[in-house]
Amino acid sequence: MAILEVQDLTLHFGGLEVIDHLSFDVEEGSIVSLIGPNGAGKTSVFNCLTGFYRANAGDIRFYGRSLARRTPHEITQRGMARTFQNLRLFRSLSVMENVMSGMHCRTHMGALGAILRSPRQRHEEALIHRTAEECLDFVGILHHKDRQATTLAYGDQRRVEWARALATRPRLLLFDEPAAGLNFEEKHRFIELIRRIREQLRITIFMIDHDMAMIMKVSEKVIVIDYGRKIAEGNCQEVQNDPKVIEAYLGKEDEEPPR
Amino acid sequence: MAGTDLSSARLAPRSGFAGFEDRIFDLMDYRPYRYGVLAVLLLSVIVLPRFCSNYVLEIFTNSFLYVVLCLGLNIVAGYAGLLDLGYAAFFAIGAYTSGVLTSQFGWNFWLAIPPALLLAGTVGILIGAPTLRLRSDYLAIVTLGAGEIIRILARNLKNITGGPSGLIGIKRPTFFGVELNHISHYYYIFLVMVILALVVSHRLEHSRLGRAWKYVRDDEDVAEAMGIPKSRIKLSAYIMGAMFAGLAGCFFAAKMTAISPDSFTFLQSLMIVVAMVLGGMGKIAGMVVGALVMVLFPEVFRTIGPLRLLVFGVILILMMVFRPQGIWPARRH
Amino acid sequence: MSIFDIIAQQLANSLVLGSFYALVAIGYSMVYGIIKLLNFAHGDIFMVGAFIGFAILSLLTGVIGNGWLGIAVAILLSMIATGCLGVIIQRVAYRPMLAAPRLSIMITALGVSLVLFNSVMAMTNGQYLAFDTGLSFDGVDYGPIHFSYTQIVLVFATAALMVGMTLFVNRTIWGKAMRAISIDMEVCRLMGIDVNKIIALTFFVGSALAAAAGVMAGTYYGSIHFFMGFVIGLKAFTAAVLGGIGILPGAMLGGLLLGTLESFGTQIPWIGSQWKDVFSFGILILVLVFKPNGLLGRTTIERM
Repeated sequence: MAILEVQDLTLHFGGLEVIDHLSFDVEEGSIVSLIGPNGAGKTSVFNCLTGFYRANAGDIRFYGRSLARRTPHEITQRGMARTFQNLRLFRSLSVMENVMSGMHCRTHMGALGAILRSPRQRHEEALIHRTAEECLDFVGILHHKDRQATTLAYGDQRRVEWARALATRPRLLLFDEPAAGLNFEEKHRFIELIRRIREQLRITIFMIDHDMAMIMKVSEKVIVIDYGRKIAEGNCQEVQNDPKVIEAYLGKEDEEPPR
Repeated sequence: MAGTDLSSARLAPRSGFAGFEDRIFDLMDYRPYRYGVLAVLLLSVIVLPRFCSNYVLEIFTNSFLYVVLCLGLNIVAGYAGLLDLGYAAFFAIGAYTSGVLTSQFGWNFWLAIPPALLLAGTVGILIGAPTLRLRSDYLAIVTLGAGEIIRILARNLKNITGGPSGLIGIKRPTFFGVELNHISHYYYIFLVMVILALVVSHRLEHSRLGRAWKYVRDDEDVAEAMGIPKSRIKLSAYIMGAMFAGLAGCFFAAKMTAISPDSFTFLQSLMIVVAMVLGGMGKIAGMVVGALVMVLFPEVFRTIGPLRLLVFGVILILMMVFRPQGIWPARRH
Repeated sequence: MSIFDIIAQQLANSLVLGSFYALVAIGYSMVYGIIKLLNFAHGDIFMVGAFIGFAILSLLTGVIGNGWLGIAVAILLSMIATGCLGVIIQRVAYRPMLAAPRLSIMITALGVSLVLFNSVMAMTNGQYLAFDTGLSFDGVDYGPIHFSYTQIVLVFATAALMVGMTLFVNRTIWGKAMRAISIDMEVCRLMGIDVNKIIALTFFVGSALAAAAGVMAGTYYGSIHFFMGFVIGLKAFTAAVLGGIGILPGAMLGGLLLGTLESFGTQIPWIGSQWKDVFSFGILILVLVFKPNGLLGRTTIERM
């Protein structure tokens, strides 16, 4: 069953066409990747999905319900979470506090509850703490929970972002270049993490990245876009051998010698 | 799990003043010490009136008022990162509302407090709803303009607010039959208000809402992506701050028995900002320190008098360049 | 007086008022354009310029009189002195803060404002100072409408300054550098432009223009006061935002427009001069809420 259905998505900035009638589906429980040369519009697709950009045309359906005109926080509340290309942690806060942010949309105590410290509020706080710790443990950095987030090593900061996204209890997780800047070992661990997220947590994964080896190793379906248009879709084998994909990345081989 | 386990590694001790600060924090983390220090402070504050002149009591009472104002602005600017330069307007709304209700309509002072808070909160919504999404520098100027509008309203609406000369003859409140007319009465009333404000601030800070404020402050787009409705959260900080100031305003009016628009100028808003920055934005202890400095400073350095603002201006500049976290140190995780 | 006469008279008033707003707004706009700082102290620079002009005029009255010659010299010297003050301020207070979060540099600007404001207050004991000029209320008359020579000269002087500014920004190499830096500072640094020097120049020019407006305002209204910077600062900011912040013609248009709106606004029966400021602040809030990029501004799309 397709949990994410994108139909005819179109986005332009002024005269520049960023996404051009893009359509694709993401099946429940799958691991799907979105690839394409630089500037192809991949992050813009994510921004449209998560509500940061308003598409000019087309529809996005998540579990059958349209996401058009929904604000980012509503979309996250419906179960779609994301990570960011450039690490964007909450700089002044600890690792634990960063991850707890994910639980905001799953809880609802307000000012009155905070001031009165009712049993219900304390119960909710305990739940938030517990969930955050579980997420941190799941990605493997529970021991860093009280440190200021920005003091961690780069690879560990990435893991904080993943834990934070997991804390929103998503059904679909969008990873925007999650492996950027990671070394070989960390990438390997990330692949394991993705698989565990899918198996144990039953979360669908949609990913953008440039590391072809990693993409091919872990994805069940790959969607290729160039200049905002879908140029190929299929499993790793099909996409790797697709001439249009090769051309997009490497350029066309000249038929005639230049005059 | 590959990779070094740094959980037990101690952070390298810092030298000099920073190291001194860290040692104080380590000391305070030890529960018995922390409660002990707080208990001693509380005790000294409670018995103070027995040993001091009315003049000293007056100063402390004023500083308590300032602490509440700083705590309120701290919620707006320190936690939520919204620089509000028109904060005195809410102070004015609280003062005028309770003043008018008690003197012109004969209300009981204590019953006049809820309407004052309600009005302050409502005005907060009116101003905040359309403007809080603006970028920080624009927001600062807009709040300044809003504050000025409210002050001018207070100055021009003669029939309600008494015009430029203000409201006079505000009735003293009574507490269980005793009329509150001595400075020590107000000392204790304001002390209770301060403790209330401190407790509320502390509980708010370490709650889901307090964290949400900080998320929005640090990166509002990412906060939104994490499922936090940033507009609503910003507005809640603004309203909460407005109510703190409104409460302070009620008690201010009762103590002074006369208020005029001149007590609620932009300069007043600015002084609260200076106190907050001085003490350390976002930190409750910093608010207490900043408020005390702001009130005690002119008393201690009387000779400076007319150049008070200049000194504060220089302090602001030096603080921002050399010690932006304020007097109270930032805790290092 | 017929309705047309009233309109014409108000137009004359608004031209002068608008000119002052425009000159100060240009400084705001330029500084914002180049370092994205709303220089809160800019209104106080206007005030300081007025006082420096006053001091110079007092000194020179014996030598060259306090007619137009004296005023012109006072304006010129005040522009230079205040311009230098602006450069010193940015060097001491703003340049160290360029990498800091926006909130911090705003607070620094507040500090600068306090310093300027209090210094002048202390020096003058909070008194209004009479701006003694040898100018009369003589002017040109069209029926019941009176355009004083003062008004005419001031408007022309402002126009000349604005033309000069436009030429400077569009034709000279420094103006080009200013515009380039406002687009992308890092790239300019990499291209070998001395960014710090251009920023200093921007502050010099902005402050000088504000000083000119200050002396002219003193001449026009006849007195100066240490608090005059506050309100004009807000109004000039409104003008800059109205026209489009960071855009030079925007500041000029905004200034004239605001002056016109305000002059005509005070004629509306239930607004009057009591509510003049509320009217202007109301415009500010409306503009920022509904059209934050101003009349001439373009909406920029933020890339995530």
